[in-house]
Amino acid sequence: MRNSIGREIPAQFLRGGREVYQGPFYREGYIYQKAAPSVRASVSPRASKVVSSLTEAIIKCGLRDGMCVSFHHHFRDGDYVLCMVMDAIAALGIKDITICASSLGDAHTSIVKYMEDGTITGISSSGVRGAIGEAISLGKLKTPAMIRSHGGRVRAIECGDIHIDIAFIGAPTSDCTGNARGKGGKSDCGVLSYSAVDARYADHVVVVTDCLVEFPNLPASIQGIDVDYVVVVDEVGDPTKITNATLRYTTDPRELMIADYAARIMRHTPYFRDGFSFQTGGGGPSLAVTRFLRPYMEELGIKMGFAMGGITRPIVELLEAGFIRMVVDAQDFDLASVKSVNSCPNHVEITTAQYANPLNKGAFVNRLDYVILGALEVDLDFHVNVVTGSDGIIRGAPGGHVDTSAGSRCSIIVTPLCRSRIPTIRDRVLTVTTPGETVDIVVTEVGVAVNPRRPDLLEALRDAPVPILTIEELKERAYALVGIPDPIRFTERVVALIEYRDGTIIDVVYQIAE
Amino acid sequence: MMFLNTQRAGLVKDAFVYGADSIILDLEDAVAENQKDSARFSLFHTLKSGLYDGTECFVRINGTDTRYWREDIRAAVAGNCDGIRVPKCETASDIHLVEDEIAKAETEFGIAPGSTLIMAAIESPRGVINALELASCTPRLMGIALGAGDYIRTLHAKMTEGAEAMLLARAQIVLAARAADVMCFDAVHTDIDDEEGLVRQTTLIRNMGFDGKSIISPKQIAAVHRIFTPEQAEIVKAERLISTYMDNKRTGVGVFTVDGQMVDVAMLEGAQRTLRLAKASGAYKGDME
Repeated sequence: MRNSIGREIPAQFLRGGREVYQGPFYREGYIYQKAAPSVRASVSPRASKVVSSLTEAIIKCGLRDGMCVSFHHHFRDGDYVLCMVMDAIAALGIKDITICASSLGDAHTSIVKYMEDGTITGISSSGVRGAIGEAISLGKLKTPAMIRSHGGRVRAIECGDIHIDIAFIGAPTSDCTGNARGKGGKSDCGVLSYSAVDARYADHVVVVTDCLVEFPNLPASIQGIDVDYVVVVDEVGDPTKITNATLRYTTDPRELMIADYAARIMRHTPYFRDGFSFQTGGGGPSLAVTRFLRPYMEELGIKMGFAMGGITRPIVELLEAGFIRMVVDAQDFDLASVKSVNSCPNHVEITTAQYANPLNKGAFVNRLDYVILGALEVDLDFHVNVVTGSDGIIRGAPGGHVDTSAGSRCSIIVTPLCRSRIPTIRDRVLTVTTPGETVDIVVTEVGVAVNPRRPDLLEALRDAPVPILTIEELKERAYALVGIPDPIRFTERVVALIEYRDGTIIDVVYQIAE
Repeated sequence: MMFLNTQRAGLVKDAFVYGADSIILDLEDAVAENQKDSARFSLFHTLKSGLYDGTECFVRINGTDTRYWREDIRAAVAGNCDGIRVPKCETASDIHLVEDEIAKAETEFGIAPGSTLIMAAIESPRGVINALELASCTPRLMGIALGAGDYIRTLHAKMTEGAEAMLLARAQIVLAARAADVMCFDAVHTDIDDEEGLVRQTTLIRNMGFDGKSIISPKQIAAVHRIFTPEQAEIVKAERLISTYMDNKRTGVGVFTVDGQMVDVAMLEGAQRTLRLAKASGAYKGDME
């Protein structure tokens, strides 16, 4: 069945009430019953939640074949928790496990063997990078992976589309009852936003920490009243990979050109006024945009109302310089942002449900004026692909891309025209992750294209000091430089479903033909 | 004038986006000995692609003491480059040798005779001493450029933060260029992360009279442009000087004052040059010339 942007979704994936994508705001007013976890009461005042090992916690929680376990990715490339837990599960001989992760990356490469031996047969994630993405694309996972945005993951859990049997929550600090924080300890990651929903909706919650602190560990991101067991391990992660001590600004002149253009665009749009709100990704040109904003804010004498998202040093510097009134934080990318959320009263942790769940009663993304986002591919309909690479292999993350693009008043994609010999702007993206209906402006080093659905922005940018082109012209320039890309060969087997944030299916990914 | 390693196809395919005024597609030092053929191939197709339309394209050929330079010229002229940068020039005969080959190539590939310009790179004490001879040896010669690395080496000098060893050569190059009525360009600043040093050196050579600076990275474009673009105050002053001069000329007055400063016809040319430069760099939208 074709969805509203013309992508064919095989009927076998449209069972149990699952629908095809029908527009970004199709589910406005949708009424649903929230899911609820089973709770094992801990009544005895002297009962201890601290257990000796992950294996003991797994056994006590009653994990068995076919169940679902969840993880967060606040420890990023330094995460040890997911692999430790999966090693323990595999050692117990438990099979057919589904992983519900907020993201999977290079830190988790070792679980590929469990995909191959049937320990892991399902994956739901907001990002899949590295060897796991390759394994999925090569058909090594028994069932299609479900790719969900950050907001979509929360929605799926709260709606009951996916039920977590055991949530394993790595925490830099916890007390003996499971009051856990992202702050303190040797693996300080600042916040635990992704895990808030897991703690409240999983049947069993296990906090894994390498720093047991005195009760009460408050204010807690994970409430001890939701936690079944606490496991103390030697290390939950590699601190040097959890946060970058010195996140470097890009010095790539091409990326700086793109960032400069994006900032000029913001300056000329009507939302660039006192109190505007802003989010940017942590990648090269996206991050650099923040650096170009300050002169314009000084020129107009305005301040940012709030900045949101994955937080980085440039945002912290603007906050400290008084250019931002409030930072709302769902993830910390570097040491500066961790320090800031730990110490600055105007830098506040929020949950991913607050951040981006489309089916709650109004997520923070809906209050964004601007979001700056990257892309692997953009097509003539302004559809964006951030999941599959030019070789067709899953190697990206929708993260909050889909959520912020839909929620913001002005979504700006910053991307080079070509990467190496591959055009970024093309006739048709391989995989639609973010629909063109929610993408307003595409910025490249050769020029800027405004979505024809936004004539107001086109008019506003008439006098902006940037080259304005059509998306077709951008594509032609890309093709003139590097030629038309060869089609990629796939089998007929679907290896991943791309779920839109509201739970509908926007696209599918097929297995690579070897 | 930005050097690009022609051996790196991925680099030259779209370097026009950075906005350098002139591109020097390098076949000489940047290209490995065993890659000269492929670099020429890349050069020809880059020039023929039309992507650099609007950006001046020069080609730095290999020295006339190598076995590559003749074929370099054929590839460059066949691609219809704007000009040839000749390395290590010391005497007029070096230029005439290249000029003859360019003329042959223009005939071979149907390029308008005399349309391919020459820029002479001066990179030795002998070249510096002969700068005026080089600058005035042929109508094809559009400018002379200083090359620092070989010059410092052959001078037995040391490159310091203040580049004192370059001072004499820089002064000689500017003098020769002005005497021969051609352009002159300063050497590259090799530390691409040292913006402070780049700004200091570029300001110095701009004030000495150079017309531009060679660069090796897009990162250096903005600073060089910023320094060579006349400031608003300079533009306003030039406009006022020209306007006052024209008014006084009509009434037969040759010497007058602007803002309390004595002005005569000798200062008119400088004011006009300021406005031309401002216009070319986009800082001046007026129509006064």
